[in-house]
Amino acid sequence: MKLQVIVTLKKDVLDPQGSAIKNSLANMGFKNVENVRQGKIFDLVVKEKNEKEAISKAKQMCEKLLANLTIEDYSIKITKE
Amino acid sequence: MKASIIVFPGSNCDRDVKVALEQAKIKTTMTWHNDATLPKTDLVVLPGGFSYGDYLRCGSIASKSRIMKEVIKHSKQGRLVMGICNGFQILVESELLPGVLIRNINLKFICKTINVKILNNKTYFTKETIKNNVLKLPIAHNEGNYFASKDLINKLEDNEQIVIKYCDENGNINLESNPNGSLNNIAGIVNKSKNVFGLMPHPERASDIMLEGTDGSLIFNSLTNYARS
Repeated sequence: MKLQVIVTLKKDVLDPQGSAIKNSLANMGFKNVENVRQGKIFDLVVKEKNEKEAISKAKQMCEKLLANLTIEDYSIKITKE
Repeated sequence: MKASIIVFPGSNCDRDVKVALEQAKIKTTMTWHNDATLPKTDLVVLPGGFSYGDYLRCGSIASKSRIMKEVIKHSKQGRLVMGICNGFQILVESELLPGVLIRNINLKFICKTINVKILNNKTYFTKETIKNNVLKLPIAHNEGNYFASKDLINKLEDNEQIVIKYCDENGNINLESNPNGSLNNIAGIVNKSKNVFGLMPHPERASDIMLEGTDGSLIFNSLTNYARS
């Protein structure tokens, strides 16, 4: 089964990379960009047929390694059977 | 006094810290990250470097390595752990210290000598320093920007867990003397029970008269006479 995990910075955490990208976009002429937040995507292929089980495992992976819950949030979706 | 220095793939300050510890008359052993057991030791040192190439988040992969289970056990027994630079990042990723170290606010790798003020000289790691004195220490990092919730920062302040803060050469703690954007100019903290210390500056790079001065050796000399009670 294929899963996609998206890890993003929490709202109140400063994102200096996001601001640098926003400034660069503005310099390129994309003046209407109000905010940019950078995150990470993990595409996982897991040996698991049960959706619930796969999501529960991915949740553990996020909490133990993929995300740092002090500053990051995560979301998980199934992308392919 | 015995210290064990953990060597991760990508550690590069392990031998410098060994020299600095030995100058302070502390016996050292090097321990590979994949070892299952820790040699008998009073102090574990997590050295600076780029463990696992800083993949995922700095220190995150090292914090899950085999030896870290033993390091966590060692710390829970009240024995000493010190993490320098990448070692500090590993300590926050292992949750032995609270908070997190994020990208420097100016998005640049900063390599220079800075000043820190001693706020707590009553820890095992700072006994030989004088409160409010200023130490000159080098920093070299890309992710040293200490971040935590307001509540946690207040707790750290109240419990005297903030051991050193970035300051100017006269000891003024202000925005201008903050190199990386750390909240409250935090450069180094201890845990609640004060046996785990993490700091971004490199005291081992300031422990030899031929190099960046000897202010850093005050940290190692503080540990010389530590006896397990």
